[in-house]
Amino acid sequence: MILRELSELPGVSGDEHRVRARLWEAVRDRVDGGRVDALGNLITWKGADRPGPKVMIAAHMDEIGLMITRIDKDGLLRFRKVGGIDDRVLAAKAVRVGPDGIPGVIGLKPIHLLKDNEAKKAVSHEELYIDIGAASKEEAERVVRPGMYATFATAFGELGDGLVKGKAFDDRAGCALLVELLALDFPFPVYGVFTVQEEIGLRGARVAAYDVAPGLALVLEGTTCADTPGTDPHGQSTLLGHGPAITVMDATHIPARPLVDGLVAAAESAGIPWQWKRTTFGGTDAGSIHLTRAGVPAATVSVPCRYIHSPCAFMSLRDFENTRRLVAAFLEDVPRVAERLAQGSA
Amino acid sequence: MPALYADVDRVEQLIRQLAAAYGPSGHEEPVRALLSAHVAPLADEITVDRLGNLIARIRGQGGPQARRVMLAAHMDEIGLIVTHIDDKGFLRFAPVGGLGPATLLGQRVVFADGTVGVIGAEKLEDVKDLKMERLFIDIGAGSRAAAAQRVQVGSMAVFAQEVAGSGSRLTGKALDDRSGCAVLVEVMHHLRAAAPPHEVYCVFSVQEEVGLRGARTAAYAIAPDMALAVDVTPSGDTPQGEKLNVALGGGTAIKVKDRSLISHPKVRQLLVDTAAEAGIPYQMEVLPYGGTDAGAIHLTKSGVPAGALSIPARYLHTPGEMVDLGDVAATVDLLVAVLKGPLPEMPA
Amino acid sequence: MPTEPARGAGPQHPLVPLLQALTELPGPSGREHAVGRRVADLLAPYVTDIRHDALGNCIALKQGAGPEPRPRLMLAAHMDEIGLIVTRVEEGGFLRFAPVGGVDARAVLGQEVRVHADAPLPGYVGAKPPHLLTSQERDRTIPLEDLFIDVGLPEEAARRRIPPGTFVTVHQPLTPLLGTRVAGKALDNRASVAALIEAMRLLARWHHEADVYAVATVQEEVGLRGAMVSTYRVVPDMAIAVDVGFGAAPGLPEDQVLAMGQGPAIGLGANIHPRLHGMLVRTAQQHNIPHQIEPLPGSTGTDAWAMQVVQSGVPTALVSIPARYLHTSVEVVDLEDVRHTARLLAHLAASVTAADPEGWRYDLA
Repeated sequence: MILRELSELPGVSGDEHRVRARLWEAVRDRVDGGRVDALGNLITWKGADRPGPKVMIAAHMDEIGLMITRIDKDGLLRFRKVGGIDDRVLAAKAVRVGPDGIPGVIGLKPIHLLKDNEAKKAVSHEELYIDIGAASKEEAERVVRPGMYATFATAFGELGDGLVKGKAFDDRAGCALLVELLALDFPFPVYGVFTVQEEIGLRGARVAAYDVAPGLALVLEGTTCADTPGTDPHGQSTLLGHGPAITVMDATHIPARPLVDGLVAAAESAGIPWQWKRTTFGGTDAGSIHLTRAGVPAATVSVPCRYIHSPCAFMSLRDFENTRRLVAAFLEDVPRVAERLAQGSA
Repeated sequence: MPALYADVDRVEQLIRQLAAAYGPSGHEEPVRALLSAHVAPLADEITVDRLGNLIARIRGQGGPQARRVMLAAHMDEIGLIVTHIDDKGFLRFAPVGGLGPATLLGQRVVFADGTVGVIGAEKLEDVKDLKMERLFIDIGAGSRAAAAQRVQVGSMAVFAQEVAGSGSRLTGKALDDRSGCAVLVEVMHHLRAAAPPHEVYCVFSVQEEVGLRGARTAAYAIAPDMALAVDVTPSGDTPQGEKLNVALGGGTAIKVKDRSLISHPKVRQLLVDTAAEAGIPYQMEVLPYGGTDAGAIHLTKSGVPAGALSIPARYLHTPGEMVDLGDVAATVDLLVAVLKGPLPEMPA
Repeated sequence: MPTEPARGAGPQHPLVPLLQALTELPGPSGREHAVGRRVADLLAPYVTDIRHDALGNCIALKQGAGPEPRPRLMLAAHMDEIGLIVTRVEEGGFLRFAPVGGVDARAVLGQEVRVHADAPLPGYVGAKPPHLLTSQERDRTIPLEDLFIDVGLPEEAARRRIPPGTFVTVHQPLTPLLGTRVAGKALDNRASVAALIEAMRLLARWHHEADVYAVATVQEEVGLRGAMVSTYRVVPDMAIAVDVGFGAAPGLPEDQVLAMGQGPAIGLGANIHPRLHGMLVRTAQQHNIPHQIEPLPGSTGTDAWAMQVVQSGVPTALVSIPARYLHTSVEVVDLEDVRHTARLLAHLAASVTAADPEGWRYDLA
């Protein structure tokens, strides 16, 4: 299953090339062509010569992770975060470092040795370090250099009632969806863009959208699903198993109404379960795509992921499949949506 | 002080009409419809672009002095977006634009279809616990199903507060930036008669309150030689107020700097010199925070010399925003005076 | 009596006059024109074309000798410094002010300044005298809005001569320290501008294929603005930003600082194109230029961050000159680091051939 491979590949923002290589392998026979741009985006296309609208579908290849910044004299590795990670999920985790995936651990002081209230305080990432088992700086330097990246060492797996667990579902789930969608045929040009550096500022999408200059864009994401104890219903954002989530607004984007309506209509007529994404924080590649050049109508559809931006997220395979079905159904409707967009501007 | 060009009564009527309209960021349609009707007879060409900006173009007389000038005022107002409907029909929400919980307590809001709601709060132990997540909108529905007949997740509400006059001042919701929009329309009334050499694009922009978004794409398409935004700015003239220089009644505020823009020195000087020469009351504005459409416009492509004129305002981002009609008139006057004349040489 | 003169009293480092010429001018974000004019004058002997764009960026071109189309290399160093701006004149003629860029309130208290009104007026940033403070007050940093500038003028004159919107810079002449180190204001980023000009001086005598754009950008400190629009105009095939980096000093996290006096730092991370990074490292090795590698996980917070995402994307790199006490009037750099930065940039520029950007963006079979 490509989702398994994509989840386990390392690809922290700025270091996406392995994910890109695997994705190109998966889509090269489905598209007419592909290119890699100055930032490392993978831009693929099919039907470039067909009549419009030109549709861009984007999913980001990068994941949150760590960068090794220094090797201490005792062989321990200092690091800094890449992308938004809650410091508290870092403590006591297994990681893989560098291109060879050298195993390491982020340790924590043993509880026996803590002072009175220390256990109540969150440990900042600046106090943490990665231990790869080196006894000295020299030993560590043989296999690691500052500038290398580290990812969580989470293995992909199936569990529960049709669920999968793994790292980086945000947004390898979106990438896997895009791979499947590119197997379809469309009467209009479709640009499948696997972007870089979304987690550090929606950056790859910005330059890719400038280059592609689409008439309309759809972003595929993995999103927050906080349907767990301790969260009020209005803070949950999405519910696991309730289908693809459609964004009404986030911090970077107010999606174009005709696209949102088109997504809902496609879901309803095909009988696909769906939900609103019910929080407005965070951003997606649509945030930068919609403001390129003279503007691009855009929307975001997401697969709910519990424990997003942590070492291990949960996703429902039914949600994944329903997201694929919804986007496929929406794409069939694109010419009508494009008409409605054009009318709005008349 | 009598206005040089502005028909103050006409501007006041337009401000009242525009402010009353519903138009939160991303859903500016009703405001755009009103403005379209007003500007259609005043412009040579009207378009609506992909983000919903309303762009009115006035062809200039042309000639060697002619420049392409973009003026921008935003149509959108701040609001609230429904994120959740609970099983009793109460609505949870998030802000659209800069809104804090303190200004919301007990306020009346209204949705696009006229549905009215009031903002309530969960019981708080301490006022310090007041956060957006503790508030909700009550539209008087008894259940989720009843509420869902009138609103859905994604519906937006705005403050319900009519504009009222008090002396030469107006107070109400959305004077930010419907008063700026009214200024542009009034300027357009005079441009035809003034017959300047310049090609003028009056852009009524969308989504300023959520990040200067509409202005950015509009400027890309227009590629102006010079741009001016017309917006409101906070004044420092209320009891124990912020230490700001701008005061109501002090004239139009010529912006030097805010967080989004350092005005081009030649544009700023042009505004100062023109105002001084024509006897138009003005004041200088330095805002340590905040931004306007000019912030997005000046960074378009290879850069645009830009500045901003601000209407001093009190109580911004509350239902009781207040402006002075004399300042509004001065803003109109300065814009017309500037557009009638030659513009300074600015490097390409 | 000492038999040897103190190190600081020795011969002046050759870059002192250039750096002095650049730091003595006021150039807060948005008012860089004096610095821009001087940069243009200093670059003029080494380049074929100079222009200033809509925001005041100084864009200089030295054409290469290669056949058209020549690769386009852009070297950028921001010329603006942080500063202050008068917000109002108060009773007594005291000036209230707001920051321009990231101003540390602790660094500004007790500073001599210049208020750029009809003439550069000397002033001082004052606050309540210590005798009148409670011990609690003395432990707190005084926020910027509670500080004021005193220019010693009566209120009427201050109001007349100093309108709100008047720019202010700190006053601190360039001061040579021991060895090859200097202290002063605006070394962030005039030290890099000096390196850029020195690089062009070296390059003037060498043969090179590429078109080299030397750009002194504006308004970096308030949002990387000049870099955004100047890169849009130049549309380079590759771009290198030169800025200062955090020089090691007590109390700073060791994994986030650069060693002083060990040469320029070559950045590595998401903001940096790996091939351009590789070119810089190889150039440094080939020409024996001392250098360090700076791991940069996300945003570099420099012009490089803006340049990378202009139009369809630009392969970008960052070279940093280690500097201590950034955003104060007493920033410290080692002039040997500046000199080596200039050498690195010049040798890199001379080495760029048309073949280089090939394969940095590519079609897939």
